Amino acid sequence: MSSNDSISKTLIVAFSLCIVCSVVVSTAAVVLKPAQEANQSLDRKRNILSAAGMLEEGASVEEQFAQMTTRVVDLRTGKFTDEVDPASYDQRSAAKDSSMSDKLSTDEDIAKVFRREHYALVYLAEGADGDIDKIILPIHGYGLWGTLYGFIALEGDANTVAGIGFYEHKETPGLGGEVDNPRWKSLWQGKQVYKDGEMELSVIKGTVDPGANNAEYQVDGLAGATLTTRGVSNLVEFWLGENGFEPFLNNLKSGEA
Amino acid sequence: METVRETLTSPIFKNNPIALQILGVCSALAVTSSLQVTLVMCVALTSVTAFSNLGVSLIRKHIPGSIRIIVQMIIIASLVIVVDQLLKAYAYGISKQLSVFVGLIITNCIVMGRAEAFAMKNPPLPSFLDGIGNGLGYSVVLISVAVVRELFGAGKLMGFDILPVVTEGGWYIPNGLLLLPPSAFFLIGGFIWILRSVKTDQVEKPDFKLSKHTVAREGV
Repeated sequence: MSSNDSISKTLIVAFSLCIVCSVVVSTAAVVLKPAQEANQSLDRKRNILSAAGMLEEGASVEEQFAQMTTRVVDLRTGKFTDEVDPASYDQRSAAKDSSMSDKLSTDEDIAKVFRREHYALVYLAEGADGDIDKIILPIHGYGLWGTLYGFIALEGDANTVAGIGFYEHKETPGLGGEVDNPRWKSLWQGKQVYKDGEMELSVIKGTVDPGANNAEYQVDGLAGATLTTRGVSNLVEFWLGENGFEPFLNNLKSGEA
Repeated sequence: METVRETLTSPIFKNNPIALQILGVCSALAVTSSLQVTLVMCVALTSVTAFSNLGVSLIRKHIPGSIRIIVQMIIIASLVIVVDQLLKAYAYGISKQLSVFVGLIITNCIVMGRAEAFAMKNPPLPSFLDGIGNGLGYSVVLISVAVVRELFGAGKLMGFDILPVVTEGGWYIPNGLLLLPPSAFFLIGGFIWILRSVKTDQVEKPDFKLSKHTVAREGV
């Protein structure tokens, strides 16, 4: 056994093991890559559809998604743009890239997103008559433990909420994690966003009083999850506000997008 | 034949890696809040332990003593990456929930412990079986913890409603604590307690005994 400990044997064993292992690992990575990428894009499409409340179980996600148009919006002007290719644009990495995003000042940055990307991908579902039926916007912001990523869907009037959904978050299971609860998500449907041109939609603490003035602009908070609730309220306020998609939605309504 | 069965089954209750050796507890805390995720984690860990034992055992006569831990780590790490890639390709939803914990199998003490303690000294086949046996031992604890946590924490099993919870119109008020990692500590503690009450030979001898209080006047 002592020959095993000679320097040459040690080097030979170390090198050959490294070569064998790297071949195994890289083979696995290369062979499985197509399946993984397909999974990722399928997952994203499923999230988009489920935020819009358009996901039908059993039907093919690809087919359902094919009915949507993906467009790029320049968040600085609020107009559609062809500057980037929607198929290859990665919005999350663009938000970290200083050439693709702007730093937000503390006052503006209510959702703690730190940097706002120049371009955002939006998904439009068209109705039978060619009008826009649903507008799906990507949203993200800080909750209690980490950033929540999701989508909010608006009806064709760009004012009524059609659905909301988060596909990635780190909130406490059973408390803040209830953002995934279908019953809570269904509370968002039909809520109004803008009141006299001002962003008004918010998540309140406790339960909404149906008789209150602003009831249609308010969503119930999550019990036991004050900070998550505040985070969700802030991120919705940010992304539907003047630094988010409000200019785009206004342009869309007036037909200038 | 007797030894084969012994190698395979003794880690399940008699020499359970979690309950007796208290190894690999960290992932048991983190991934046991839902049964489905737990099952995938168990399969992942069992296969990594089995194949790393096999790999280490195959080349055990050529491993230089000075770098043996590194050699074991390379084999384990490669296997874990392969398992992670497989999960991402074929069980994407679950791999997202397991996230970093598949990668953390590398640091799971059971895998490393079996490679060092068993596979370095035994032929390939018994090593492979020992890996499976220890994986099963780990799985038994994880699955029992996960069943309790998901059933009483969320009122579900494998995602199916068993106890209808209040927030969805039922009668069961779920115990939120069970969904948080610390609850697994209590459950694993309970598991060890039950196991050692049944198998009293697992009870450790106390390291020391408290002596009686000294009489009061000595202190005056």
